[in-house]
Amino acid sequence: MPTRISSDEVAHVARLARLSLTQEELDRFTAQLGAVLEHARDVEALDTAGVPPTAHPLPLENVFREDEAGPCLDRAEVLAQAPAVEDERFRVPRILGVTP
Amino acid sequence: MSLAFAVEVAAGVKDGTVSARAVLEEHLGRIERHEGQVHAFNTVTADRARAAADAVDAAVTSGRDPGPLAGVPVALKDNLCTRGVPTTCSSRILEGWIPPYDATVVSRLQAAGAVIVGKTNLDEFAMGSSTENSAFGPTRNPHDLDRVPGGSSGGSAAAVAAGFAALGLGSDTGGSIRQPAALCGVVGAKPTYGLVSRYGLVAFASSLDQIGPFARSVADAALLLDVIAGPDPADSTSFREPPPRASERLGAGVEGLRVGIVTELTDAEGISADVVERTREAADALSAAGAKVDEVSVPAAVYGLSAYYLIAPAEASSNLARYDGVRYGLRASGSKDITDMYLRTRSAGFGAEVKRRIMLGTYALSAGYYDAYYGKAQQVRTLIIRDFETAYRDFDVLLGPTAPGTAFPLGAKTQDPLTMYLNDVCTIPSNLAGHPAISVPFGTGADGLPAGVQILAPALGEVVMFQVAAVLEAAAPDLPVPQLIRSEVAR
Repeated sequence: MPTRISSDEVAHVARLARLSLTQEELDRFTAQLGAVLEHARDVEALDTAGVPPTAHPLPLENVFREDEAGPCLDRAEVLAQAPAVEDERFRVPRILGVTP
Repeated sequence: MSLAFAVEVAAGVKDGTVSARAVLEEHLGRIERHEGQVHAFNTVTADRARAAADAVDAAVTSGRDPGPLAGVPVALKDNLCTRGVPTTCSSRILEGWIPPYDATVVSRLQAAGAVIVGKTNLDEFAMGSSTENSAFGPTRNPHDLDRVPGGSSGGSAAAVAAGFAALGLGSDTGGSIRQPAALCGVVGAKPTYGLVSRYGLVAFASSLDQIGPFARSVADAALLLDVIAGPDPADSTSFREPPPRASERLGAGVEGLRVGIVTELTDAEGISADVVERTREAADALSAAGAKVDEVSVPAAVYGLSAYYLIAPAEASSNLARYDGVRYGLRASGSKDITDMYLRTRSAGFGAEVKRRIMLGTYALSAGYYDAYYGKAQQVRTLIIRDFETAYRDFDVLLGPTAPGTAFPLGAKTQDPLTMYLNDVCTIPSNLAGHPAISVPFGTGADGLPAGVQILAPALGEVVMFQVAAVLEAAAPDLPVPQLIRSEVAR
């Protein structure tokens, strides 16, 4: 398993997760995530060679229904919950020309 | 204690010996007197509850069947969507959000004649073991107001323990129903994954989350589970076959049943001697009632905690990506562009525990670490399922403590996430396997606070699980009435 998580990695992960951290948060989370990941290292002791992973407790399969229009949520009721709306759409700040 | 049981309330309301409205007013009165100290609720829906109770009474008067939960007051964890009533998940990011639909369990409760009294406090987005990670402040344990009720469904557990509601619903991702049930001295069950529809349950870790009942008796918990279980076309992960009836064999006893005490649970990290002793006493009680009791090993269970704290955050990091300030909930103001809006909104809206888990999950899923963390954890999950399958060849149900100890003081574990995470060590294996488990109060610790014992069963083994739980309940020592309502509840 990888070595202890660094504060640079925590800062990177925070950016990926769209979270901005103060220096105090960065220091605290680096220590805390390190402790949790350190504890998780105990699974290294297990021989899992050839063991298939389980992603879900149920055997899942696609569920199909007839392609027929049915009742759905009321548009006005849904839009009423949005922070900003314009022309019956969700309004957001500028997207084009933004560096991700 | 003489607080009304759900089965009694429903029977009394149906035959007209008591009105749903009178039952409700008794519970609202108790909320009025004590909620200020407990903080079990985020929202109390008194007016809606009165209208619902009156509708039940009108049905009875006109000769219509009011349903199996006629007039029973129920408290709902505030991560279950309720049309027209705020659903907050105890998070700033959803504060003020009013869902435009009901969760399937909520529709089923209403159709069954239940009276919803309010939405209960929880650890933000159901992440925690003490209900201290709520943006609206902690819930307190009705048995000792200086202690936690457990978590994350601590509000529902406390509401039922304090007599604010006869029944409660919670969600259990790693033990979030059973652990607070144990700490508050009530019954709490996590059904088989897929037995209860998750439609309208705000997702935390989708392959682990399951909705389940809180009650003051095993029969009440079975009644509630029977109402909410069953196929739902709105949830593709719900079983399509008719569900087992939890209440089917409640009086059947345990003669000849095989019960295995899981050594990995009694020996787990940080387990107090008290709760192990209660587990042994529970085993002796089942043995005295005719069960064959022996010890059994589920070796991979010791790795459950580690696997869980990689898998659950991984799923959470994906599920919580939807809180971006676009369609509902909080949007931080003053953003210069969309990325800035995401950053500001999520940083202001999520609390520390949620941020910690999102980052843990993002890390576990990131390139270069996926195989070492998430992939390995999924393999551990397979091993746990295999080890349970082996154990269930020789045993009908398994037994262990529910929580490592009794209720701990508020603030005692908030600074150290790992110590807090260890509270779930006994409950997590069932979530990873998707199997059902129930916590039944069984005596107290040396501190006089409730202790819980857990019965685990194979997938869809609810009938035998509740059958054993009923025997355990009958053999359990009387629990003290919660300190809070001691003066008003006669024994």
